[in-house]
Amino acid sequence: MEITDEILIDLYKRMVRVRLFEEEAGRLAESARLPGFLHLYVGEEAVAAGVCGALESQDQITSTHRGHGHLLAKGGDFNRMMAELMGKATGYCNGKGGSMHICDLDLAMLGANGIVGAGVPISVGAAYANKLTGNGLISVSFFGDGATNIGAFHEAANMAAALSLPMLFVCENNEYAEYSPRHKTMAITDVIERAAAYGFPGAIVDGMDCVAVFEAASLAIEKIRGGEGPMMLECKTYRFYDHVGVKGTASDYRTDEEVEEMRKRDPLVVHETRLIESGIMDADSIQAIKDDIQKEVDISVEFADQSPFPELEDMLVDVYTNGESS
Amino acid sequence: MSPDNIFEGANEDEESSSESNPSERKLGYGAAVVETMAQIMREDESVFLAGEDVGAHGGVFGYFRGLQPEFGEDRVVDTPIAEQAIIGLGIGAAVQGLRPVVDLMFMDFICVAMDQIANQAAKLKYMFGGGATLPLTITTAGGAGLSAAAQHSQSLEAMLCHIPGLKVVMPSDAYEVKGLLTSCIREDNPTVFIINKRKLADTCHVPEELFEIPLGEGHVIREGSDVTVVAIGRMVDEAKKAAEKLSGEGIDCELINPRTVQPLDIDLIVESVSKTGHAVIVHEAVRFGGIGAEIASQIQEQAFDYLDAPIGRVAAPFSPIPFSPALEKHYVPDAERIVTSIKNLF
Ligand SMILES: Cc1ncc(C[n+]2csc(CCOP(=O)(O)OP(=O)(O)O)c2C)c(N)n1
Ligand SMILES: [Mg+2]
Repeated sequence: MEITDEILIDLYKRMVRVRLFEEEAGRLAESARLPGFLHLYVGEEAVAAGVCGALESQDQITSTHRGHGHLLAKGGDFNRMMAELMGKATGYCNGKGGSMHICDLDLAMLGANGIVGAGVPISVGAAYANKLTGNGLISVSFFGDGATNIGAFHEAANMAAALSLPMLFVCENNEYAEYSPRHKTMAITDVIERAAAYGFPGAIVDGMDCVAVFEAASLAIEKIRGGEGPMMLECKTYRFYDHVGVKGTASDYRTDEEVEEMRKRDPLVVHETRLIESGIMDADSIQAIKDDIQKEVDISVEFADQSPFPELEDMLVDVYTNGESS
Repeated sequence: MSPDNIFEGANEDEESSSESNPSERKLGYGAAVVETMAQIMREDESVFLAGEDVGAHGGVFGYFRGLQPEFGEDRVVDTPIAEQAIIGLGIGAAVQGLRPVVDLMFMDFICVAMDQIANQAAKLKYMFGGGATLPLTITTAGGAGLSAAAQHSQSLEAMLCHIPGLKVVMPSDAYEVKGLLTSCIREDNPTVFIINKRKLADTCHVPEELFEIPLGEGHVIREGSDVTVVAIGRMVDEAKKAAEKLSGEGIDCELINPRTVQPLDIDLIVESVSKTGHAVIVHEAVRFGGIGAEIASQIQEQAFDYLDAPIGRVAAPFSPIPFSPALEKHYVPDAERIVTSIKNLF
């Protein structure tokens, strides 16, 4: 397929939105302005941008504990995101979910998730609804390499295949699950082998390159929408910061050199270089995009800061639909 | 805040559950887990530990740090993310005569492994007509108060207590961590050892050598004549504060820490209520169907004639645990709520 300049710029903006928001969130967490656990998506932006850039706006996604990037790449609102991270009433989840449960049902983003692998079966359900109602939509599940070791992933993969559902499995293989390197927790090298085991095709993609991800996702999505059943992408990527929080160096489970090596393949830089070399953008127009988005991020911090916390009366609201908890 | 930070920084428990002597050695609640594990693993080769990131990283809360360097990768096993298989690993190895300790990082994750826990570990012995013995310990971190939201903060002990075959243990300080963990590992039944993640840095006196606190024996922390306060897990700290406050107001609390909620030392509680005529039960878990309901029911069955007022319960409201600190601080019971509840009885 042909990738227009417009698409290339769109992919870039999606990545910058994620990066600048995440960097800001990291700074806020370091100065103890965000409660709870923060799993940053920095380094993996090309995956969310490439996949979400290839989706229709109402295609559903499920996400992970590292979920900010997925929602932002799908068009999430900075203000409601930041307010949620601060536990404010104006946040996406009215302050009740926080970073690990961020969601936007209007954008068909069915939630980040605190339970590893738990989003995958939920995507199967969304895909089933798509099939049953014939709405033409597909459902996408993002999950980590580590998540493919849990039963929920395997049950979901088999079921999606058995029922031939319109579902795209997107593995974000960043080579670690928390502090465990992938090779210590699975005996295969490529997670993609797991798709074959359940009888559906897949491809390994350079997850540090948004264009590679976009191309592969577009191809898969076309086939899935055409009724060919589920498919899987294994995006080889890397997180630049620690599993939780920011500290990116002096880890006991990976070397600083390794992180530095991967930072050379920073997905934003990779794409910036492409945009500049192909004459689509120059350094100034790139900076302008960053400045504009940073302004939006700054506004979101202000918005979140000034927003009220939820009230005590909100505690029991929304435990049930149409009814109160007691 | 990252889980690793929780371990750092210290808080001294006012009083350990043993007779305390200021010159005696103090140890942190999290540090007591490591020390106990190491000492038991040195004396008993059949003990091994398995779980996610328990080895090279020493556990996300740090309370297994140092074990893998000493005991190697075969006895301190980093597993894949696979809660069902982690419990299964423990069950199968236990049936083969080993004494596994398997870790489910956050208590919320027991839900992922519930078949292996509830249908397998708890029932094998009975279903097999007594044939299988399961010296299995499941460690897991429960409790709220860290803005970890609805899937990383729960107190699910009541769910576990409801399943015949399991023992459920909730240490309230470092002394109990050591004594109860030792008992759990030496016990020939499956036990769930619930570590409170807000207690990790708190210190108190802990003997150097291994010792056992019997499972099923509660502890009277403070004697009193007006009301029996039964507090579970970390709530013991809040109940101590409440008792102190009330003693200044002329209400003398007898404070009981059951230490294990299955088996439950109901005799100790009933005896106390028979003396005080009043009872308040405090736990972090939601009130409806919580362990407090069972305790209250047994008190009224056995000490109805002694009760001068309805039994009070201080527990969490019936909602998932909210993320926002503004809500969570009202969610988790504290000394103030305990004081109010006790005053309501008089
Ligand atoms: C069922 C369950 N087990 C364990 C955890 C703790 N945990 C959170 S993230 C994580 C690692 C996930 O690794 P991966 O799927 O590769 O995602 P990544 O963090 O690398 O993006 C673990 C073990 C959890 N949240 N849920
Ligand atoms: Mg990973």
